[in-house]
Amino acid sequence: MSLQKSAFHGSGSDHTADQPIKPARHPWRWVAIAFVALLAVMFVHTLMTNPRFEWPIVAKYFTSGTILLGVRRTLELTAIAMLSGVGLGVLLAVMRLSPNPVLSSASWLFVWFFRGSPLLVQLLLWYNLSALFPDISLGIPFIGPDFVKIDANVLITPYLAALLGLGLNEAAYSAEIIRAGIISIDHGQTEAAQSIGMSRGRLLRRVVLPQAMRVIIPPLGNDTINMLKMSALVSIIAVPELLFAAQTIYSRTFETIPLLLVAVIWYLIVVSVLSVIQYYIERHYARGSSRSLPLTPLQGLRKLLGFGPRGRPALPDEKRSAA
Amino acid sequence: MTVQAEDPAPGIMMQAAGVRKSFGTLEVLKGIDLVVRQGEVMCLLGQSGSGKSTFLRCINHLERIDYGRIRVDGELIGYKERGGYLREMHEQEIARQRVHIGMVFQHFNLFPHMTALQNVIEGPIGVKRENRDEVVERAHGILKRVGLSEKVNAYPRQLSGGQQQRVAIARALAMRPKLILFDEPTSALDPELVSDVLDVMRDLAESGMTMIVVTHEVGFAREVADRVVFMADGEIVEQGKPADVIGNPSHPQTRAFLSKVLV
Repeated sequence: MSLQKSAFHGSGSDHTADQPIKPARHPWRWVAIAFVALLAVMFVHTLMTNPRFEWPIVAKYFTSGTILLGVRRTLELTAIAMLSGVGLGVLLAVMRLSPNPVLSSASWLFVWFFRGSPLLVQLLLWYNLSALFPDISLGIPFIGPDFVKIDANVLITPYLAALLGLGLNEAAYSAEIIRAGIISIDHGQTEAAQSIGMSRGRLLRRVVLPQAMRVIIPPLGNDTINMLKMSALVSIIAVPELLFAAQTIYSRTFETIPLLLVAVIWYLIVVSVLSVIQYYIERHYARGSSRSLPLTPLQGLRKLLGFGPRGRPALPDEKRSAA
Repeated sequence: MTVQAEDPAPGIMMQAAGVRKSFGTLEVLKGIDLVVRQGEVMCLLGQSGSGKSTFLRCINHLERIDYGRIRVDGELIGYKERGGYLREMHEQEIARQRVHIGMVFQHFNLFPHMTALQNVIEGPIGVKRENRDEVVERAHGILKRVGLSEKVNAYPRQLSGGQQQRVAIARALAMRPKLILFDEPTSALDPELVSDVLDVMRDLAESGMTMIVVTHEVGFAREVADRVVFMADGEIVEQGKPADVIGNPSHPQTRAFLSKVLV
């Protein structure tokens, strides 16, 4: 009896059970913090003291008309290319999963070509399409008359060439992302939906895709951010997007670094906004995926500061740490 | 029991005649003849691999059959009669038939991104195009009937297995089906949750619902079933009143099975 008791208490002290329990110490964390802080200070110092950054010039052009028009054009290109790319991507993914071998191979071939060749080359090809097809016409193939006939040089503007290049490339990538999302859903979901008489289309729309979104959104968000930056490539075919706008100004004024900084800052701002949007879209599709939704950053900050999220009483461990 | 494949008699809800099916070279159903009358509760017993779940899944055409015919309420399921052969229906036609055949799965298969209520109303509103307010009211009633009026707005992952299965039963009921197929509805449940689901099924049976239940719950079969069918190796080897088949099995396979599950 006494042996058991002392073995249970370990040290033999009668007060052990009442002593407070403290977390482990981490001295190296403080060293790492000091090191990173030093690097950060050095970085901010050079930003502020190196005159060649020419911040006044950055400020001067940051909201200039040309640059703002470039930002708008970049956003437009990204949005249209992503929307059409993802739309086509859904179609390609469904085709790829179709039992029909012709549809599935056609989808595979599309992805093979547009994922397999460099985007820059694709853009140049679209831009120079008129060299391959001087006229583009709509009519009955091989035999019939043409209903519409357009000069390719008129139809394929640099802007349309950019959209075709970016959009079709995105379609190939998003097709694979969406396919991965669709096949990640348990087959039991399909059977349950079929058992209540759902059609294929509704099954995809109401049951499979909403669940697949959890898998689809993170890589698609990645693609959107990538697309925003890849859209700078179309400056090569003279589409006046953000980089092209910056280039037109510095080719005149030779203030190269400040204008590239203007472009970089704008890209970063837009990417930051996109990341926040992505976070909330992910949160939306997390419905029902865990027992409770994760906190939003705002709620997390409040919890960190010890207030606890609104509308929920603090958990026992929060109370203890606050005391 | 002989079954007329054509011209089903009134009062017959499900009629299978000569149903055969193979997966590759393995024949899992070797000619099933079975009749289930309106309001009847039939329990299908048998070892794993005896073909009972496959047969159940043929009744709402989740599985294709190779030979034979299955009729529900007189209507041929999944196929159309042509002169001398059967042609598989288009998906939309099969979907229309499935509206009348409820199904409850072993792993519940609730839609995890929808609340209990949304799971229940999805079919009547989205598929049958019924009036939303009426359906929501009816769904509340059904969820109350299965003992889940408190959990209307809970997501499936916030519910226990037994609660999820009861939502799944409610989802099937909301379609106002002619019969409900249960595919081992309690096999994935913790033992202490089984009785909640069985109680709901017993209540359904008493209300006159036609039910075909694949189960290992011999106690439930004995108490609730009007008829017990025992399957082995893709064939029906014995059927009759539960007291006879379970209490006094004549076929050696039935005896072997019961001695295992009734320990």
